[in-house]
Order: sequence, then C-alpha cells, then structure tokens
Amino acid sequence: MSDRLTVLKTYKLYVGGKFPRSESGRVYEVTDAKGRWLANAPLSSRKDARDAVVAARKAFGAWSGATAYNRGQVLYRVAEMLEGRRDQFVREVADAEGLSKSRSAAVVDATIDRWVWYAGWTDKIAQVVGGGNPVAGPFFNLSSPEPTGVVAVLAPQESSFLGLVSVLAPVIATGNTAVVVASEKSPLPALSLAEVLATSDVPGGVVNVLSGRTAEIATPLASHQDVNAIDLAGADEELAKDLEIAAADNLKRVLRPQPVDYAETPGIDRMTAFLETKTVWHPTGSLGASGSSY
Amino acid sequence: MPSTALTAAHPLKDVAASDSSLRRFLHGLPGVDAVGLEGRAASLGTRSIKTTAKAYAIDLAISMVDLTTLEGADTPGKVRALGAKAVNPDPTDRTAPSTAAVCVYPDMVPVAKEAVAGSGVKVASVATAFPAGRAPIGVKLADVREAVAAGADEIDMVIDRGAFLAGRYLKVYDEITAVKEACGTSARLKVIFETGELSTYDNIRRASWLGMLAGADFIKTSTGKVAVNATPANTLLMLEAVRDFRAQTGIQVGVKPAGGIRTSKDAVKFLVLVNETAGEDWLDNHWFRFGASSLLNDLLMQRQKLATGRYSGPDYVTVD
Repeated sequence: MSDRLTVLKTYKLYVGGKFPRSESGRVYEVTDAKGRWLANAPLSSRKDARDAVVAARKAFGAWSGATAYNRGQVLYRVAEMLEGRRDQFVREVADAEGLSKSRSAAVVDATIDRWVWYAGWTDKIAQVVGGGNPVAGPFFNLSSPEPTGVVAVLAPQESSFLGLVSVLAPVIATGNTAVVVASEKSPLPALSLAEVLATSDVPGGVVNVLSGRTAEIATPLASHQDVNAIDLAGADEELAKDLEIAAADNLKRVLRPQPVDYAETPGIDRMTAFLETKTVWHPTGSLGASGSSY
Repeated sequence: MPSTALTAAHPLKDVAASDSSLRRFLHGLPGVDAVGLEGRAASLGTRSIKTTAKAYAIDLAISMVDLTTLEGADTPGKVRALGAKAVNPDPTDRTAPSTAAVCVYPDMVPVAKEAVAGSGVKVASVATAFPAGRAPIGVKLADVREAVAAGADEIDMVIDRGAFLAGRYLKVYDEITAVKEACGTSARLKVIFETGELSTYDNIRRASWLGMLAGADFIKTSTGKVAVNATPANTLLMLEAVRDFRAQTGIQVGVKPAGGIRTSKDAVKFLVLVNETAGEDWLDNHWFRFGASSLLNDLLMQRQKLATGRYSGPDYVTVD
C-alpha cells in the first residue's frame, strides 16, 4: 500500500466574501520561525488593494446600518467558529511565532476571548461615548458615535493572530469595514481567519484580507481617496511617516503605531479611534408664558 | 460626411420594394457563428491598454458618452444638473472633455437644450413611445416631431420588436423611414433594436441591416430598460454590420451600445472592438457613442487616478 499524497493548502486572499488569488498572480514563500518553508502566500499588488477598497465600500452601508445588537451576535459567532478550529490555529500560530504548543494554545484562547470581548461592546460603546448633553435652551442635545467608513488596517508584524484580532475586531465592532494587510512575515493565521469570517455570518466585504509586502500594499491604501482611516500598527517608523503624509491628502484618520501589549485588556481606545460623533438638536416643544412648555 | 441615402441606382435600393423581397434579403444574410463571435469579443477584451494609451482612451470615451437620464421621476432640476455635468464633467479639472450629448425624454428637451446652450454638447431625445414602442404610428411620429421642434439634435427611436419578431419586416422598415422623414435634416436618427429582446444573433444582424437600409444614422443596441443590454458580442456584431454596409454602399452608420456599461475597463474594451472591427474612422463621437449614466463617474475617477497617481473615490464625483 502506498503512502497517501499530502494535500497542500493554497492560501488565498479574502476580498468581497470571495477567495481570489492575487490579481498579479504572484506568491511568496512563507517560512516558520526557524526558516522552514510552510506555504506560498499571495503577494498582493496595488490592484488587489483597490479591489478590496471597492468591496469594503460596498459592504459599508449594510454593516454600519445593521443594529449594534446584530453586529454583536455576528462577532460572537466568529468566536464560536474559531473555537471549532482551535487546533488548526494553535498549529499555525506555533509555526508562525515559534511558540510551544501550550504557549500557542494560550494565545489562541486569548484571541477567541478578544472576539467575545468586542462582541459585547458593539451595543454598549454608544452609551459610553455618546449621550445627552446639557444645553442652555429648550432642546434635547444628543451625541452619538458613528463609524468612520472604510478603514485600512496594517496588522502588527510580530503578533500574527492575537495582534491581528486586537486591531481588526474594534474596527468592525463599531460598524466600519476593513481592509487588512496581514503580517508580512507570518500571514497564514490571518488568511485562515478569513475562512472563519466567511462562515460566521460576517457579510462579504466587511473584512478583506491581503497578504504581501506591507509597504507595497499600504502605500496605495494610504493615498486612496475612498479610504477614511488607517491604522498603522504594522508599519515601522519610516514607513509610518510616509503613510501619514500620504494619508493627509484626504484628511484620513490616522492611528499611529504605538507599543502595545496585546495580552492586556485593550480598553476602548481602538474603537473610539475610528468613530465620529454626530450631535443633533431637537426642540423640546414651544415655550409657554412661564418659560416652559410643561 | 458621406451621403446618408442610397442612390436610386444602387442594387440594395430595391430590397425593400416588398415584404417578400426584404425578407429574402434579410434571411439571405450569412448566419452568425455564435461561438466564434463570442470568442472574438472575449479575446479582444483581453488587450492591455495602459498609461498614455489609457489616458487617450478615457478622454475619448468621455467625449463619446450620451449622458442619459430616462426615469419617470426626472425633474427639470435633475436635467439641468445633468446638462451642467455634460458640459463640465469634472469641475475640479477643466481639461476633462465634454460628453457628446445628454439623452432625455422628449418633454425635457427644452430644459436640456437650455442647460447645454453654447457648449457644443448635443441634446438627444428618445421618442416613438420609448421604451416599449407599443403605440400607433401617428402617436410615434407626433412624439418625434415634438422633440425635433423643441430642438433635439438627435432622436433615439425604438423599433417595433413585435412586428420584427413576427417577421413583418416591411412594417418595421416603413416605420423607420417615416421617423427618419419626421426628423428632417436637422436631427440624426438612432435606431434602437433592443437586442435583449431579439433572442438570436441572426436577428440582431438582420435588424442592423434593416435599420441601415431604412436610413438610420446610428444603430443602437438597447434601451437600458431590459435585463440584457449592450454586450461586447452584440456590439461586435453591429460593428461588423456597419463596416460591411459601408463597404457595399459607401454610407457610414454610427453604433451606440447602451445600458450595462459601468466601468472604464468595459468602455475601453468596447473602444478596442471599434478599432479592430469597424476601424479608426469610427473612433469619433460622431460615429460611436456610449449610452450610459454611471459610466461617466467611473471614467472621471480613472482620469483622476491617472492625473494624481492616487485612487479616487465616489466622494469626488457628483451623485446623480
């Protein structure tokens, strides 16, 4: 009896709910922490970035218009799906980051918990950063946070899974759509996460995952006029500076890279970074002779 | 400009003498090789048009757009806005060329005429009970005369698909000649076949020849109101027809694909079809048009991308 042939996985991009190869047809070799070959990942071009932005823009209306409660359910579903593929991610993260099985399992558990954490925030963030404002007039004055739009996310280079989810989940929890540039050295957990997102009721286009050279993909994203914000977590100092200059042209919101311990409880800063505040004035009613309408 | 009528001595002059002679001629046209046609259209769609050639193609495509609004909800304000956009498609870049025309319903012609006055942008009007074409001939002709009297430079008529599919070709022919007469000398006539309703490529070839024999200045694929509109294959077929018609008669007829062309990439593919099939003579907005509305915004975004190197977005073009 002959040995069974191994079935190698073709890692692909995730754009608009589909899994295309790179438009350029290019791939690059991904190795584990010790330099052994793991797989070929797509080497995205600027046209893949453009297509991803189009998909993210198309998905924005429905995702930002969905109720916060519904978004929470969808994000919780992502955690459920991840739980079912835990072993795969433990293996991939161990390979990517050179961790032992038990350390890697702890990272994957923390990542799943992070999805649950952000799933809980979707319908609570408005109470925390919005609310009624006291004003000197017969008006209700209400502020509510609204998503910024299409957010380009450069995922952290070192923390290929926990770091990725820690920057992606806050973006989509509040109703933005995202174009994610995966860690250049270890993109495989991000590309596998796309398969989880595709099967967890996250509408196509809400998250788009690109792999390749961060600088090559991020440059057109930073200057793209239809991208509303960019998270530079995965850019080094020099690249971050160039991208921030390019992003200034259409006044993108820019989140500069900062040292983060992704194992810590994150706080709400990453959510509020990509929210805008809308304030409305509503008359309380006509004033009577007494100066009050009541 | 070549003459637009067959001389009395031309052998094709007599094919419309009777219903049977017209049928004999149209059914005598060679059958269309559907697989070959689609294959040819697809292979021409793979040409790579980049940098300066792309910039040229985009500007050419903009100058060929018949900027169209054909909705029941059209208001004078919307038509005026469309006119302003046709004259100056990109207010942030005055080097962008004007479109060829605006295309509106007959009652909006005066408004459109005023909106584009003095710019060289033409006003096209659909007529003959667009889009169904199901009205008595008297009504259709009155529709055309009104539009021409209001100043329309071009009339887009629909053929009677019911009569065509029933094989009453002479009725269709007579209707086109009557409308052509109603257009007079001032308005060019575009004949819409609604290719999506003609079911076969053979029918599209027959309709093209029928329209050209009856005196169409332009043949146009569709109204944009049915499921299947302009496709590369049916436009290629019509381009072959105008090429062959000119070879036989010396008369040049224009082509206008309409509906379903939404991206610059699609538009450039159509321009490749024109160049490779009919030839350079048709690469001019006097002989080739795009019936479209959302296409213009995509062309403008691509134009901005070429000019600045940055991808543009829908925030930087008008919402129509």
